[in-house]
Amino acid sequence: MDSSKYVQLEHVDMVFSTKKGPFQALQEVNLNIAAGEFITLIGHSGCGKSTVLNIVAGLLNHTSGVALCADREIRGPGPDRGVVFQNHSLLPWLTCFDNVYLAVDRVFAATESKAQLKQRTQEALAMVGLTHAEHKFPNEISGGMKQRVGIARALAMDPKVLLMDEPFGALDALTRAHLQDELMKITAATHKTVIMVTHDVDEAVLLSDRIVMMTNGPSATVGEILKVDLPRPRNRLALADNPTYNHYRADVLRFLYEKHTHKEAA
Amino acid sequence: MWKERSLGLLAPFLGLLGFVLLWSLVSATNPQLPGPVSTWASAVELFKDPFYQNGPNDQGIGWNILNSLARVGIGFGMAALVGIPVGFIIGRVKFFNDMLAPIISLLRPVSPLAWLPIGLLVFQKAEPAAIWVIFISSIWPMIINTAVGVSRIPQDYLNVARVLNLSSWKMFTKILLPATLPYVMTGVRLAIGVAWLVIVAAEMLTGGVGLGFWVWDEWNNLNVEHIIIAIFVVGLIGLLLEQFLLLLASRLRTE
Ligand SMILES: Nc1ncnc2c1ncn2[C@@H]1O[C@H](COP(=O)(O)OP(=O)(O)O)[C@@H](O)[C@H]1O
Ligand SMILES: [Mg+2]
Repeated sequence: MDSSKYVQLEHVDMVFSTKKGPFQALQEVNLNIAAGEFITLIGHSGCGKSTVLNIVAGLLNHTSGVALCADREIRGPGPDRGVVFQNHSLLPWLTCFDNVYLAVDRVFAATESKAQLKQRTQEALAMVGLTHAEHKFPNEISGGMKQRVGIARALAMDPKVLLMDEPFGALDALTRAHLQDELMKITAATHKTVIMVTHDVDEAVLLSDRIVMMTNGPSATVGEILKVDLPRPRNRLALADNPTYNHYRADVLRFLYEKHTHKEAA
Repeated sequence: MWKERSLGLLAPFLGLLGFVLLWSLVSATNPQLPGPVSTWASAVELFKDPFYQNGPNDQGIGWNILNSLARVGIGFGMAALVGIPVGFIIGRVKFFNDMLAPIISLLRPVSPLAWLPIGLLVFQKAEPAAIWVIFISSIWPMIINTAVGVSRIPQDYLNVARVLNLSSWKMFTKILLPATLPYVMTGVRLAIGVAWLVIVAAEMLTGGVGLGFWVWDEWNNLNVEHIIIAIFVVGLIGLLLEQFLLLLASRLRTE
């Protein structure tokens, strides 16, 4: 297997059938993602970022083209791809522990004992710093904590690829910064491949190995790919006055606001 | 705080007072309609010994209430056993929805008592016929509300189920059931309401021991006080059932 092509999208088209007829959301999306790479998808809202992510997640079936993960065709969701949803999507009637346990149980119950499943759940919650909240219900914790449980749930399945759709979009700036730092630590420790959708330029530059910038829809596709060559671990304070960082930042902004100004905004 | 609460009680109290005054006024001009005072006296008499038994046609008010409640309980219980699962199936499987929707829309608006002759014909007895009427009139709200609840499960939860690749059983117990429970409880509440509404009318026609038949009996005896008492008893029990189910629903809700 070519590890520089762990996730592979080739000539991927996505056509939704709508009441007004077919709607071509994606056209000719080509993207190779290496194992262990951190990729962000950025673009104006409605361009098709979630659609790309959901195709990789197996939640959407692309209309044509090839979508592969570890050289196998993506035909549906699988435990090799963990998903963190934008609005956490925790089940409100289960405690944080049980929300994570549900995922662990599904993947490992066949091969491991109850005690091991419990340990996996606790480890996942510990990784996001939520051991103290494991017996709380989602409505008893803050938005940032909910999103962490969502991350713990995805990590607990021990997936190869972590798919995140604007995971921090609904959080305040401080909480978001905190979770970004934690996410960097977790990915450094676990070497997960990450595909993350964001609309936040700073977030994209701070976290990514490469930033995939998408053109506006309909028929959206990959516009440019920016390689972010900043050493890790990255420190947001140090980077604030780093000329290279600001250069990358300007590149992304230029793409978004000069080359692909949002139609409504124009 | 204290003032607010006493003000909050003032309005309902005034409402009741106005109602009783109006009632006294109407009964003063219409000597056949007993007023609040004589009705109250009659009620005190009646509830002194609610569980006496003088043969099948002369039993205490307590027996009448219990018999009516039992019929409602059996008819409603069977309706829940059938209606809630049917609602789940309709909500989940489009084919069954398309299959059953026309029948449901056709039968749902039928007046409950129109089912009574069918029941009498099929069961050849009054008792199961009355239960049948309760069954058929209380099943619709449970089918429909359950189905609506299932079809309104947020896409997010369904995506979670797909991403976690949950088994059908886990899907049902961890997602479908808890997400639909508030809707099911609404259906149950409406169904009990309908059942209680219908039981008096059904019993009037089928006879036996029960509030409906008692009302009919007292009409034949021209004991209007008892009829008025029966109206209050039916209303009060309906109210209590409703409150009980609301309490249960709020206990079950976990959001
Ligand atoms: N299930 C669907 N049916 C029809 N159109 C859809 C569907 N999902 C997304 N779209 C359309 O596809 C485009 C891309 O959507 P999406 O991927 O959600 O954008 P983004 O995540 O970049 O904001 C939008 O125009 C959206 O309206
Ligand atoms: Mg999106």
